[in-house]
Amino acid sequence: MAEPILSRNFGKKDSHTLQVYVEGGGYEAMKKALKEMKPEQIIQEVDKSGLKGRGGAGFPVGKKWSFIPKESPKPKYLVINADEGEPGTFKDRQIMEQDPHAVVEGAIITCFAVGIHWAGIYVRGEYVKSIERLEGAIEEAYAKGYLGKNILETGFDLDIVVHRGAGAYICGEETALLESFEGKKGQPRKKPPFPAIVGLFQGPTVINNIESTASIPHIIKNGGEWWNNLGAPGIGGGVRLFSVSGHVKKPGVYELPMGIPLREIIYTHAGGIRGDKKLKAVIPGGSSAPVLKPEEIDVPMEFVSLAKIGSMAGSGAVIVMDEDTNLVQVLRVLLNFYAHESCGKCTPCREGTGWMAKIIERIEKGEGQSEDLDTIVSIANGIRTRTLCPLGDAAIGPAISFVTKFRQEFEDYIKRH
Amino acid sequence: MAVEFSEKTKEKFKVVLGKYPEKDAALLPALWLAQKEFSVITPEVEEYVSKLLGVPLVRVREVLTFYTMYTAKSLGKYHLQLCTNIACTLLGAEDILGRIKNKLQIDVGETTPDKKFTLSTVECLGYCGTAPVIQVNDDFYENLTPKKVDELLGKLK
Ligand SMILES: Cc1cc2nc3c(=O)[nH]c(=O)nc-3n(C[C@H](O)[C@H](O)[C@H](O)COP(=O)(O)O)c2cc1C
Ligand code: SF4
Ligand code: FES
Repeated sequence: MAEPILSRNFGKKDSHTLQVYVEGGGYEAMKKALKEMKPEQIIQEVDKSGLKGRGGAGFPVGKKWSFIPKESPKPKYLVINADEGEPGTFKDRQIMEQDPHAVVEGAIITCFAVGIHWAGIYVRGEYVKSIERLEGAIEEAYAKGYLGKNILETGFDLDIVVHRGAGAYICGEETALLESFEGKKGQPRKKPPFPAIVGLFQGPTVINNIESTASIPHIIKNGGEWWNNLGAPGIGGGVRLFSVSGHVKKPGVYELPMGIPLREIIYTHAGGIRGDKKLKAVIPGGSSAPVLKPEEIDVPMEFVSLAKIGSMAGSGAVIVMDEDTNLVQVLRVLLNFYAHESCGKCTPCREGTGWMAKIIERIEKGEGQSEDLDTIVSIANGIRTRTLCPLGDAAIGPAISFVTKFRQEFEDYIKRH
Repeated sequence: MAVEFSEKTKEKFKVVLGKYPEKDAALLPALWLAQKEFSVITPEVEEYVSKLLGVPLVRVREVLTFYTMYTAKSLGKYHLQLCTNIACTLLGAEDILGRIKNKLQIDVGETTPDKKFTLSTVECLGYCGTAPVIQVNDDFYENLTPKKVDELLGKLK
């Protein structure tokens, strides 16, 4: 198997310390970037790498950076998204706990490339250990002169702050996250203006996921083309961390090429289904990704291919369900989640998610009718495109896909109960 | 007596304030400090934080009620937070919930009469690979089984 890159320090003793990180070649990319490269060259390499955001939306990282105006009367900011709330996703936590210096190094390179002097890492409130590890790494980096004033005597200054969230899935959405960073309740902002123009404290802001940021040092050290070639042939885009959970023999975080077939993730890497049962359904990209049937699992795990079959690559979280799974229960859990996490700002999302949750609860209790399934689909269609942020759409993905792809199972449940 | 941070917390608060380009951004960290110091964020604490930061009281209230991790009412010594989201449910979280309710004779959102346990259900905690998982104060217990839950509840004194 290929040498691990993003996960090369996972499981090593004291992998979170500067010493171990440096022994593995850490901070060499930073030195190269700050001393030998021009900001434009760094952005070019990231462009060439084909790296797409690992937070969910899959936007090309180099392109995002290039939207930031060169000259700005307001300070520019980097905000790193470590809210990791998408159900099924647990890879960002591994990076922060086991390789926090990769985040710090990635942040330094990003800020140097874009001309930023203040970066904030927004970590979900429950991740106490991640916060400690990041703060420890930042402290070590300051002591080494990798952060603060005049880094490596290049005249470049940078401060990094860790900001603790307080429990709200919606704060993972980038504009809600900015609100939360500014000390407000986390409700999404209207776009445009996009954060690249008006972001944190009104300044132009880059928002990147933790894994995206931790990928940067590798790209700079070995080149954009090298990274791109790590992806599956004809697809590219490097490697990513897949979080695999549910009814597999070996759940866990797997570093694999972009575009690897879903079947391989489930059967080769995660060991297949527990008790050698049959596969019933799989969610390929975190709870917001529409569900797939067993006949769809040869799909390459990357943004375009998954979108083509009506699902999404999202956060790379693969949730596997065996033949004994009660899909009515699963959908109830998911719809309750979105109803609970809707921030309430727009009516279609606030009311629609609540209605769908109530209907599926009623079905589960044995008080449902076949028409209820159509009602769920029609509510979902009523939410589509009528909301301020993508949470509304995230809720309808599971709703429509479960009810339509597994209609017979839902009908049977209604008949039997 | 009016509430006030200890000298040590005041120091910490000053450090926090110095880290942000704009002081309003220190509201979430200030509330975390307050929760650590006073356990419960009472109306007096809200007022104190509002004055300390110079942000309107209504903003403090808004933020407090929006986020789920700030506590406005007192909790038991151990706050049991069981994840009942998808990966945990697939692997039996709801049975475990039933087991805990039964053992402690409380419902979700309640505290045992001896103030030892408060039971909550929470959304995905980011431990789906070792589901089901329960967070007890700041610690996580993974790969839960009914037997492990019994042992855990017995261990928490
Ligand atoms: C409801 C919602 C929740 C989100 N949660 C997260 C999250 O927890 N972590 C994350 O990195 N991105 C999350 N995103 C995506 C972010 O809005 C944003 O696209 C991402 O942080 C950009 O970073 P990237 O381009 O490096 O992926 C979420 C989006 C939505 C709509
Ligand atoms: S779509 Fe939902 S979560 Fe997003 S802003 Fe509207 S109400 Fe809030
Ligand atoms: S679903 Fe329970 S930890 Fe993710």
